[in-house]
Order: sequence, then structure tokens, then C-alpha cells
Amino acid sequence: MSLLKIENLSATVGGKKVLNGVSLTVNAGEVHAIMGPNGSGKSTLSYVLAGRPGYEITGGSVQFEGRDLAALAPEDRARAGLFLGFQYPVEIPGVNNVYLLKAAMNAKRKAAGEPEVDAYEFLQLVRGKMKLMQMDESFLSRGVNEGFSGGEKKRNEILQMLVLEPKLAVLDETDSGLEIDALKVVARGVNSLRSRERGVLLITHYQRLLDHVVPDQVHVLARGRIARSGDKSLALELEKRGYDWVLEVA
Amino acid sequence: MSSEPNIDQLLAKSYRHGFVTDIDSDTLPPGLDEDVVRFISRKKKEPAFLTEWRLKAYRHWLTMKEPHWAKLSVNPIDYQAISYFSAPRQNANAPKSLEEVDPKLLATYEKLGVPLHERARLAGVAVDAVFDSVSVATTFKERLAEAGVVFCSFSDAVHDHPALIEKYLGTVVPHTDNFFAGLNSAVFSDGSFVYVPPGVRCPMELSTYFRINAKNTGQFERTLIIAAPGSHVSYLEGCTAPMRDENQLHAAVVELIAEDDAEIKYSTVQNWYPGDENGVGGIYNFVTKRGECRGRNSKIAWTQVETGSAITWKYPSCVLKGENSVGEFYSVATANHYQQADTGTKMIHIGANTRSTIVSKGISAGHGQNSYRGLVKILPSAHGARNFTQCDSLLMGGNCGAHTFPYIETRNPSATVEHEASTSKISEDQLFYCLQRGIEEEDAVNMIVSGFCKTVLKELPMEFAVEAQNLLAVSLEGAVG
Repeated sequence: MSLLKIENLSATVGGKKVLNGVSLTVNAGEVHAIMGPNGSGKSTLSYVLAGRPGYEITGGSVQFEGRDLAALAPEDRARAGLFLGFQYPVEIPGVNNVYLLKAAMNAKRKAAGEPEVDAYEFLQLVRGKMKLMQMDESFLSRGVNEGFSGGEKKRNEILQMLVLEPKLAVLDETDSGLEIDALKVVARGVNSLRSRERGVLLITHYQRLLDHVVPDQVHVLARGRIARSGDKSLALELEKRGYDWVLEVA
Repeated sequence: MSSEPNIDQLLAKSYRHGFVTDIDSDTLPPGLDEDVVRFISRKKKEPAFLTEWRLKAYRHWLTMKEPHWAKLSVNPIDYQAISYFSAPRQNANAPKSLEEVDPKLLATYEKLGVPLHERARLAGVAVDAVFDSVSVATTFKERLAEAGVVFCSFSDAVHDHPALIEKYLGTVVPHTDNFFAGLNSAVFSDGSFVYVPPGVRCPMELSTYFRINAKNTGQFERTLIIAAPGSHVSYLEGCTAPMRDENQLHAAVVELIAEDDAEIKYSTVQNWYPGDENGVGGIYNFVTKRGECRGRNSKIAWTQVETGSAITWKYPSCVLKGENSVGEFYSVATANHYQQADTGTKMIHIGANTRSTIVSKGISAGHGQNSYRGLVKILPSAHGARNFTQCDSLLMGGNCGAHTFPYIETRNPSATVEHEASTSKISEDQLFYCLQRGIEEEDAVNMIVSGFCKTVLKELPMEFAVEAQNLLAVSLEGAVG
């Protein structure tokens, strides 16, 4: 059984058709990159997978570990192990980062019939992951993304991912706006999550992230469908030639 | 958005304190005249000066008109249809200890989450419980007495400390102040009294729980807190009422006096019955609260979490007379269903270098209407006075309203007055972010609202901050738009 199986998926946003027959399969242990020009539907795909209100599936199907994703509420998808790293993480003033993280952790554990996480153990876990992400201790007591720089927000997304250990991480342009050192830190975070049980869907504009997180497959999303798929060399080719030739072929 | 039906359900959460306790009570028939005023005074065995004081207030009240300047729509109140005195009957032989208190009454407090025994002991909180209008039991009297702190019902204070009452009563809120304060002065039946002697730091948080139980009664409590030079006291009041279809009147007066270097922290967690989801019933909360920083370097801080009442009309204020005195006001007010809140503060700067801070967080949901109304007044004598005001409003759903009425009068050019205001909605982005992390919608809204109110909630005494947060959750959970 594949981790994620998208078949002929169509979706609208505010009545406008954005996805138009996307098919894609991610197996456990694989990292897939989705590239494509602006407006091709990359972020829409991530929101449809996560179940954002207003993003409606109009055709096709999405299965997550054999379950119909569309039948699950957004929070249930998250608890089942689907994580979305947001392109623009929102600020939630006054809510501690560590508080949100713990609430998320406990929601997941509760759904799995496990007891709440021990406060001390949890803090140790978070501290360990923060170290990996080169984040300062003071971060814990700051408001969620409150006053964070663009780079800090992206690191925070990856930190949450590492703590929650999802089965499938969909990372929406987590690399954009990062300088090279931060990019490496983020890449290290993503790589540390790679395992035989997990899958990653990397949405990116740039090949440079893929130097650090090497994908098993690369797909080009254009005009709401997968226009081309290939291995890592496809990303390099796109870097050289742009997207136009793919569109022409498609 | 697609989750809206869900929201309505969540918004319709019912009031958890809406039970009635079946206790024999001594209730005066409805109506108000001089005889009623005399009856109350006689019933409470008050000294002549107080009877006269009440009558003077009553006669003046007859000449006054209900205020209608607030942004509130109020059903006409028939003052002759209200009963002005209701006491649990066994009060004739007032309980001397908790063991003597009617167990049913204690059970009521248990339901309210105020188990006098356990909670008081665990939390180190002294509780004065006012049931309808009569103070039922005051815990920790002895330990407080050792420190020289007087904490008792207002009635006891009238008997045991008449000189203090005569000296201070009505000096901060005179009976001429406003219609409801006038009415209260005439008919108040009980309340709390605190006196902290010079240099004493009150060894524990003081707390009063008010509950309106009997039908057709008004509650008119009177609280007087005096902090002598160099003293410090923190006081908390909590309020609940049963669910009834008619509106009930609550018109309290609170007076605070802080002498040189004294500090009073007054916190309120108000959860009067707000009426049902169609706006039927609920408490009319018309309250006058004022503190006077009489001495140099004195400080008065008001913190309020107002989640209940059909109508809230209250403006806890500070009169900053003493040089370098400080006034603070931290407020969270919610208006859900058809609740209306018109609340804020007045900071009157008289002394030099007086400072005030106002932080107001208004939350509106359903058809709720929430107004912040504040006055910052700097008199010519207040050289170097400073004020900082921050008013934030949070809207949930499309049918509610948030309004801000800041009044600023500055008559001293050396003063600094700052005002910041914001209005926001719980954004879909914030909510979806939390959902995507697996957090339940209700929990997410609670989290976001708590975050919004954080600067106010952190001003509450620790043991009550949690309670306040829970109350907020009950009154608003799931209310998004």
C-alpha cells in the first residue's frame, strides 16, 4: 500500500478550477519534489491534502495509507500523520511556541489512545530538536511565530515537524527566502526525518534545496496537472532551461 | 466558511452555574420607600448615623435619573418590582464557623468550584462568601487577625469598626455620584470590608464570592477596602447567578483607598448569568468601582475578566491624588449571544508624576456588542503625568460589534498620553494552522483567545488565572468567523 496515492485529482478554490487531474504516488521511504511555475497549483495541492476549508475536491481521489483523505477533517488528517509545513506560517500572538507544540503532540497522542506526554520528557525532546535546528532556548517562550524573521518561521515549521514525526510531510516552499546557512539547517532537519516509514513531498521553486535533500522523484506541476516526472536530473534541467519547454511538451 | 453550523452549536454552550439553591430565605416583598430603607437598616442593627446616611442617599436618589449615555439597550427597570432584601433564613443566628453553615449552601459553593474548606486551605485564600446579599462565612479570620488585617462582611464591620465605616464610607463614591451608586447607598445589604494596617503586607489573597440566588431580588453589595500607609493587599471577587428568565439587577459599589506607599490589587472574575442564546434573562450589572490613590507612591490596580451578565456597565476607576501614584486597569470583556458590555475605566490624574496604564481586551461573538469607554483626565496640577492605553478588540462571526470610546482631556502640557487600538478577527489562517497541527477547533479558539488576553490574564493572582481562562473557554469556545 502506498503512503499517498493521488488519482486524477481535480480541485477548485473559490469556484476556480486550479487542479486538473493530478496523479501522484508517494511510497513510504520516498522523497518527492514538486516544482513548477507560479500559479501552477503547487500550494493548492498542499492545502487540498491538508483539508483547508475553501479548497474543494471536485474529482478524483486521494488516499492516505489506504484511507480516503477527503472523508477526514483537517485535524484528523494531522493526527493520522499528515503534516503541512506552511509557506507563510501565521503568527498567533500570546500563545507560546512550546504550548502549541505540546497541544499538538497531545492531540495526536490522544487520537492514538496514548496518555498525555510527560512535561519533562517533552521538554527534553523539544530541546534536542531545537539543537538540531540551531534554535535559541528563548524561542520556547515566544509567541507562535510572533515577530519571527522569515527564516525563523521556516525553522519553526521544521521543528514542529520533527517533534510531531509525521508519516507524510508536505513542505510548501520551506526553502524560499532562506540564506544558504539556514537552508542547510532546514535540509538537515528534513533529512533527519527521512526513514523507511516516512514520506516527504517537497514543494519548491529552486533546485538548490534538492542539492541538500536529494529527492527520489521530481515532478513538474503545470496548469493544474503533473506535466513531467523524472529523477533528480530533471530538477537540474529545469534549473538550466526554465519551465517553458516542459509546458510546450505538455 | 464550511465549519459554521458547528460554530453555532459551540456558541450555544449553556451556562454552567445556573442552578438554584433551595434554602429558606427572609425576603422582603418587592418595593422601595423610606420604610424599606429603614427596615434594612434595622434588620442589620445599624447605628443611627448609617440609617441617616442611607435615607439621605435614598432621598437624593429620588431626584436622579437612570443614565442612558452608554451604548446599551436596556429593558426598562421597574424599581418597585425588585425585592431589596433577601437573606438565607438561618442568618438570624449567624454561623460562627464553617461547620455551622447550612450544608446546602456549602454545596452550592462546591458546585461553583469554591469549596470553602479545601480550596481555602489549599490555595491559602481567605474567602468571604456573599449569598444573595448576606455574607455567609468568612474563612481565615484568625490568621488575618494575627496580622492585624480586618476582613469581614460589611455588616460585621459596621458593628465592629463603626468609626472606620463612618470615616471612609462614601468618600470615594458619594451617594450623589450616579443613579446606581445612589440606589446602592440607600439599600445595600452587605458586602466586604477590608482594613490593612500600616506597613502590613496581607499574608494571603482575600477573596469574596457573590451569588444571586433568590428570585426577583436585586443584589446591592458594598465593598470598602482601606490600605493604610505602606500596606499591601490583593483582593479577588467572583460572581455567579442562577438562570432565570427575567433580568435581575446587580448594582454594587466598591470603594478603595490607598494611603502613602500602599498598594491595592483588585481582581474580578465576573460570571453573572448572561441570559440565554436568545437574549432572555440575565443579570443587569450596573456597578460603580473606584479607587483613590490618596497617598504618595500609592498604587491601585484593577484587573477584571467579565464573561457574564446580560448587560455590563462598569468603569473601575482610579483617582490619582498622591504624587507618583499609579493606577492600572487590565480588562477582558466578552459579549456573546445578545450580551452587551459597555466597560472601561477612568484615570483621573491630579498629583504630579502620576502614571496610569490601561489594557483592554474586548471579545465579541454571536450578536454581542462590546464597547470600551475610557477617560484619561490630566488636571493642571498633574505635572509630568503619563498614561498609556491599549485597546484591542477581537471579533468572532459577522453579527457582533466592537466599539471604542476613548476620551482624553489633558490640561497640563507636560503630560504624556498614548493610545493604541486594534480590531481583529480570529483569522481563518490561525485556525487552520492549529487544526493542521491536530488541535481541536474548540481548543484552537481557546488558545488564540487566551493568547489575545494574555497581558491581562497574567495580572490575575495565579490560582485564579486558570479559572478565568476556563471561564473564557466556556463563554466563547468555538466562536469563530
